[in-house]
Amino acid sequence: MDREEKTYQAAQKKGSTLTRYRDIFVAFFRSSILSFGGGPSGIPLIEAEVVKKYKWMTIEEFGDIVAIANALPGPINTKLAGYIGWRLKGIGGLVTALIASVFPMVIALIVLLGFLTAFQRQRWVRGMTQAVLPVVGVLMAQLTWSFVSSAKKGLGWTVSLLLISVSFILMEVIHVQPPILIALTLLYVLIIPARPKTSAGEHK
Amino acid sequence: MILYWQIFLAFFIPGILGYGGGPASIPLIENEVVSHYHWMSVTTFSNVLAFANSLPGPIAPQMAGYIGYVQGGVAGSLIAIFATVAPSLILLILLLKLLYKFKDSPKVKRLTMLIRPIIVVMLGMMAYNFFAASKQASGWLPLIVIGALSFILMQRFRLHPAFIIAGALIFGAIFMG
Repeated sequence: MDREEKTYQAAQKKGSTLTRYRDIFVAFFRSSILSFGGGPSGIPLIEAEVVKKYKWMTIEEFGDIVAIANALPGPINTKLAGYIGWRLKGIGGLVTALIASVFPMVIALIVLLGFLTAFQRQRWVRGMTQAVLPVVGVLMAQLTWSFVSSAKKGLGWTVSLLLISVSFILMEVIHVQPPILIALTLLYVLIIPARPKTSAGEHK
Repeated sequence: MILYWQIFLAFFIPGILGYGGGPASIPLIENEVVSHYHWMSVTTFSNVLAFANSLPGPIAPQMAGYIGYVQGGVAGSLIAIFATVAPSLILLILLLKLLYKFKDSPKVKRLTMLIRPIIVVMLGMMAYNFFAASKQASGWLPLIVIGALSFILMQRFRLHPAFIIAGALIFGAIFMG
């Protein structure tokens, strides 16, 4: 019976590994083919898959990953896909997520440019792109709001609003690049010691 | 072999210099592909860019995949995508690995908390930019109607964004062309 149970468990485990790869592929394929207008428009779509649908991580973790991915150079969408794939399933997951988010459209590009149709000038294609913009805006705004409320949970209203205003002024008025701001925050945390209340945890 | 190395370099450099996501690296890619290696003319390049732009998905890796394919076949395509994506991805994995190792330290907790307002502003500005682009492309009416409708469908009826985007695409193709 013991052995039977083991084989059953093994079989289940194998089943779940298979689904996981398929899930990773589906999640990043879907978020990639729906993101019109380049990288950033894919962020809320990736969040919809990774946090809401498959529950691979919390929104807070997702936020950290977006912040750090944004502070590094290179395309944001594939960084998120590659990293999340890697975290779920190692190199296999990384490759699966990257293939799902890049290859379908590379193939489409090769085929389309092969035909050399003037398709981007077609009016219906322009109409599609225009109609999608407000939807992406709403998605982005919703994601923004969820980070406002998670900042509030950790810092309280006053501090959150204050810090949001300060970072807004720094980034949009004085035009400090976000990576610099994130790096400065990192330095601040490393140099200024935490309050005594939490310092007990540091000895562990 | 030299060609593959050139393909790698042509996309590796824009990949590590392009701060601010894919679109930021496009002028850098143009510099390598058109001015440095003379793989294509400016017109061809802008055609590729226009196509990649109207297709969904990340722009820079797509262009890398296509140009790599034209220059060096399937292997060239793979090398170009790898060069665009890998360097910053490896850095990201290492950084986050470090961060999670010290996940329970109060410093990392504080960092996570203090970074949140920055994320709010970043995402908020992206949202604003999409609304502004929409207003410029099609005016206030479609922006408000489609925006409000998709908000209600997502917030109240919990519809997956995929359906709403598909709906908007169909609507746009028929009525906004």
